[in-house]
Order: sequence, then C-alpha cells, then structure tokens
Amino acid sequence: MAWDYIIEGLLEAFKLIISGDPELYDILLRSIKVSGLATLYAGLIGVPIGVILGLSDFKGKDVIKSIFNGLMGIPTVVLGLILYLFLAPAGPLGFLNLLYTTTGISLGQMILILPIVVSITVNSIESIEEDVRYLALTLGADETQMMMKVIEETSPGILLSLMAAFNRAIAELGVALMIGGNIFIKGGEMNTRVLTTAIQMYVTRGEISMAIALGIILLSLVYLISMTVNYIQRRWADS
Amino acid sequence: MIVLKGIFKTFGDKVALKDVNLTVNKGEALAILGYSGAGKTTLLKIISALDVDFEGTYLFKGIDVKKDPEKVRKCITMVFQNPVMFKGTVFENVAYGLKVRGYCKGYIKEKVDEVLEYLGILDLRDKNAKRLSGGEKQRVAVARALVLDIDVYIFDEPTSNLDIENIKVVEGTIKELKRKGKTVIFTTHDLLQARRLSDRVAYIERGEIVEVGETERVFKDPKDERTYRFVSGMF
Repeated sequence: MAWDYIIEGLLEAFKLIISGDPELYDILLRSIKVSGLATLYAGLIGVPIGVILGLSDFKGKDVIKSIFNGLMGIPTVVLGLILYLFLAPAGPLGFLNLLYTTTGISLGQMILILPIVVSITVNSIESIEEDVRYLALTLGADETQMMMKVIEETSPGILLSLMAAFNRAIAELGVALMIGGNIFIKGGEMNTRVLTTAIQMYVTRGEISMAIALGIILLSLVYLISMTVNYIQRRWADS
Repeated sequence: MIVLKGIFKTFGDKVALKDVNLTVNKGEALAILGYSGAGKTTLLKIISALDVDFEGTYLFKGIDVKKDPEKVRKCITMVFQNPVMFKGTVFENVAYGLKVRGYCKGYIKEKVDEVLEYLGILDLRDKNAKRLSGGEKQRVAVARALVLDIDVYIFDEPTSNLDIENIKVVEGTIKELKRKGKTVIFTTHDLLQARRLSDRVAYIERGEIVEVGETERVFKDPKDERTYRFVSGMF
C-alpha cells in the first residue's frame, strides 16, 4: 500500500523518540550546539553592525542594506561550496584545519545567518529609531545611553532576528554537509553529523523511520523555539 | 539665552527654514505660530539641539550648539506633539531623564512621585505607559520634562488632541514654569492659548519668521500683512 511505509516509518519514529535512542539524541544535541554557537557568533557580530547601520545615516547605507538583504537568500549549497574551496587543505584557509569539524560548521552557518541578524536588526531599529532616539536625547541621554535605549526598545526585534537565524542554521544542509562531512563514529569525539545531514543520509540509505524521527524532532525544535520567542515578545510588549 | 542667526534648513530640494533670526530671553514664554508645514517643528528640533544639521549659527548661553549639542541638550528638553512612551511603567518613563543624569535612586523616587502628584497622575505610577490614553500619555510626557530642573522647556503643540481637563493641566504647567523663571517655547494653533500663555510670539510662514514681537502688540497691531491675515483668521 502506498501509505504503509510512511505510517510504519512514523510509528517507528515515535518509538525511537520515546525510547530515547542514544544516536538520535546525540545528533540532536550536536545540532543544537553547532547552530547555537553559530547564532551566538552571528549575534555578537551582527547585532552591533545592525545597530550601527540602523542608527547611522550616510551615503551608500542603502547599498550596504541591499547587500545584506540579498545575502539572506544565498543558497546554502553555494555557500557550502565556497567555504569548502577556502577550507580544503589546498585552499587559502586550509591551514586552519576547520574542514570536517563542528567548529567549521558553526563558522560556516554563522556566515550564512549573519545577513539575517543584520537585516532584521536594522529594520527593527529603523522602525522606531527616530522617535526613541529624539526622546532619549531630549531627556538628557548622551550618545551611548541613547544607543542603549534604542537597543532596549528594539530588543524584541533583535530576539526575532536571532530566532530566525537559529532556525535557518539548524535547518540548512549545504554548509553542514560540505564543511562537516556527516562524520559519525560511535563514541567518537570528532563527529560532525547533525540533524539535516543525518536525515539526508538515512533517506539515501532507505532508513525512513530514523529520517522521519529526526524530521519530527527538527520541526518540533523549530516550532518550540518560534513559540517561545513569540511568547517572550508578547510578554515584552506587555511590560 | 538663545540666539539663532541666519538659520537655513533644507530637506533635499525643499527649504524648510529660510534665514531664521531669533532671540529668546531667559525666563520668557515664546509662542511660535504658523500653519501646518510652516517649519515650526523643524525650528523646535533645532532649538532643542536634536537637529544640528543646518546652516547658520545657533548659540545657547554662548555655546555653539553645533560644536557641543550634548551639553546643550542637558539644559533643554522638548515635549513632542505625539508623546512617545518607552517600554515600562509610568515611573520608569518619568525617571529616565534623572537616571541618565546619574541621580541616586532615593532622589529619583522622591522627585518622580512629587511631579506625578502635581500632575494628578500618581495613581498611574505603576501602569504600563504604552497602554495609557492619549491624554494620560501627554501628562506623562509633561511629567518627564517637568521632573528635570533645567533652563528651557519646549512644547510642540502640547494640547492638540487633548480634552479640556488635560489642556488645563498642560497650560497650568507652562504657567508654573514661567513663574519659576524658566524659559518656555511652544507652538500652537490655538491663538487664544498663545495670547494666554506667551510673553512674545513669532509668526512663521513657509520657513521664514515673518514677525516677532510682544504678544499683545502682535495680536492688536501686526506689522506684516501675512501676520495680520493669520491672527485675524483670514485664511
């Protein structure tokens, strides 16, 4: 029957999730760690860039914004390829030994999601910037205090940018596959297998139930984070 | 105290202010009158040192505002036509100006409560400022300014869209500031209000200050035809 293998796969997937399959949870934890670090790096670099861009007014600002906006849609496979060429042993950054490491994936994902963090942060700041900026300044704030106030007022937007970035990072395949290589050895310390590379591999191998289980986990994780951020944003708006 | 000489302000091709020359003395109340789009708010933003991107010279107590706007902003505050509230409670909003000036918590609490009580909004102290009505927000905006003991208070059409009760509160505040010897500059469309509250008026049309003079003189005997048309309601 056409639906049988899907239903069987689903049932098997729930069994794996409930039974606490170690391989499955190992991949999940690695994915969260790798993409979480990528989001942290992107936040540390992207939020200040977004704040400065959002608060400043100079010739060429729109061009820079357009570049970041355009890069939000970069195909992950293309970025993965570019990074591979740079990080391969014979490449210009081969000496860093980042190829086939989780650090390499994190840095690659950071590059992928940086434009998301910058663009959403800039938009959030520009949507309220002038009013809040003028108000803070006229109440006696200096430039730094004013900037801190603008960041405080736009924090829900900045949080949204980090959520969108994390979701993009954890759900991408190109960078994780080309830079990470989907390495997995039981008990190994250099494993690079993450949710997306594992799903791709299990589908190729015909192990549908494991692929579905990982797919359910990935979707649940993305929704859980989105709902949590939405809840926090609502609480923030009410505060 | 405030000396503006040959101020020009443009937005692209549009000239917003044209050769504005204006002096405001310490302790006086100046009303700036003019139609919508005449350049009143642009002028107020320059006077309050929020906009220093203009041609000409602006001296505040002898300080060149273009060179040190931050220092001037410590002495001048502006209440906007549409009051913007920061996130947080009414108390946090009103306390902000004192907090950034580095006052201690005890003083801030005492001062904020005193001003909230004076404006009759002490009961709103712990309410979410963003959820207040328009009139309440305007009172909070006035409280934010009033809590600062500074030289110059600027009000941009502070009573437009307010009911009678809130208008009374705002006008009472301006009178009280005058009584304390503070300098007050405000814009209004309400000619009677300008007459009630100001010592002098400046009439601005298409970015140009057409006439400045003592309030009663300008209303009774305007020297310029354009001022005459405005104060006599000949639109």
